[in-house]
Amino acid sequence: MKPSIRKIATFVEETHTEMGRTITPPTRRAAAVAVIENPFAGKYVEDLTGLMLIGEELGELLTQRAVAALGIDPTTAESYGKATAVGENGELEHAAAILHPKLGAPVRKVLGKGAALIPSSKKRGGLGVVLDIPLGHKDAAFVRSHFDGMEVRISDAPPRQRNHGRRCRHRQRTPVTLA
Amino acid sequence: MPEAQIRKKLIAVEEIFHEGGPIATVPLRRGAALTVIRNPYAGSYVQDILGFMDDLKPLGLEMARALVAALGGDPKVIQGYGKGAIVGAAGELEHGALWHAPGGYGMREVLGDAKAIVASTKKVGGPGSRLDVPITHINASYVRSHFDSMEVGITDAPRADEIVLALVMSTGPRIHARSGGLQASEIKGIDGLR
Repeated sequence: MKPSIRKIATFVEETHTEMGRTITPPTRRAAAVAVIENPFAGKYVEDLTGLMLIGEELGELLTQRAVAALGIDPTTAESYGKATAVGENGELEHAAAILHPKLGAPVRKVLGKGAALIPSSKKRGGLGVVLDIPLGHKDAAFVRSHFDGMEVRISDAPPRQRNHGRRCRHRQRTPVTLA
Repeated sequence: MPEAQIRKKLIAVEEIFHEGGPIATVPLRRGAALTVIRNPYAGSYVQDILGFMDDLKPLGLEMARALVAALGGDPKVIQGYGKGAIVGAAGELEHGALWHAPGGYGMREVLGDAKAIVASTKKVGGPGSRLDVPITHINASYVRSHFDSMEVGITDAPRADEIVLALVMSTGPRIHARSGGLQASEIKGIDGLR
């Protein structure tokens, strides 16, 4: 199953000072977010394989987008995280199917390494719902300095439903990277 | 007054493929460049604030360049623009008004001879405040297909003594524009309005 993408957004944050102390070089965080149609909105579907395949494709695409937005060599990314918000007519398990079975491998392929688990969060919500994406070091999950988070939202996503209530979208966000 | 003290920058780019209708062959892109600066006038009433407007000019230019770069690097693809400011709680709305000239100057400098006024908005707000920045056509304010907006904001800004400055640009009309009015193809290009 291929994702039907309505929108892709990227965000890059650069922090230059914190409490008056200059940060050299500035810390940079990026998020790439895709808003896709939820093929299983409004119904219970036992087999979520289609969403797992969508997760695999988005894992690669969004990692590439985040890396491109940062303008870095992918191997220099230091940390990552992922999250999904499902629209009102979907179930939380749809987020799990996208995030957990197949998304990680292409992320690690793009970044070169990634021994640590990719921290994640998920929720169901309406338009403009806020996701706090956890961040952790990509090669060692216990590096305390890299425990972080990035808030992202898209004002017009995810919709509850479209076209006779059979469709809605969830958004998928992946690698937030620290350079 | 010294140059603006920057705490943080944010670049956001949206690529829109459809909104329930036909999928666009060339997706619409909207982008925003945000910068969080210290408000030099926070906490007191200062009568003469005009000097800071000039101090912001280099930042306006830098943000406009960064935004064009984030949208692909070619200023010729930019068709719409807008600007805005969120002033932290210890400042006043008038401090946000200081962004009018430098924000507009920066974008015009980068885009060439854009004729239309740069649509704008501003407010006083706390960290995480959202701002709906209006967007209009860069050469003719009345082009209806290009009336658009982009919601922007930063979770941890502005603090009370800060200002969030915003520039936005778009690469075309609304994704399924079909509400009539003046078309981009009908621009006379004389007065910046039509």
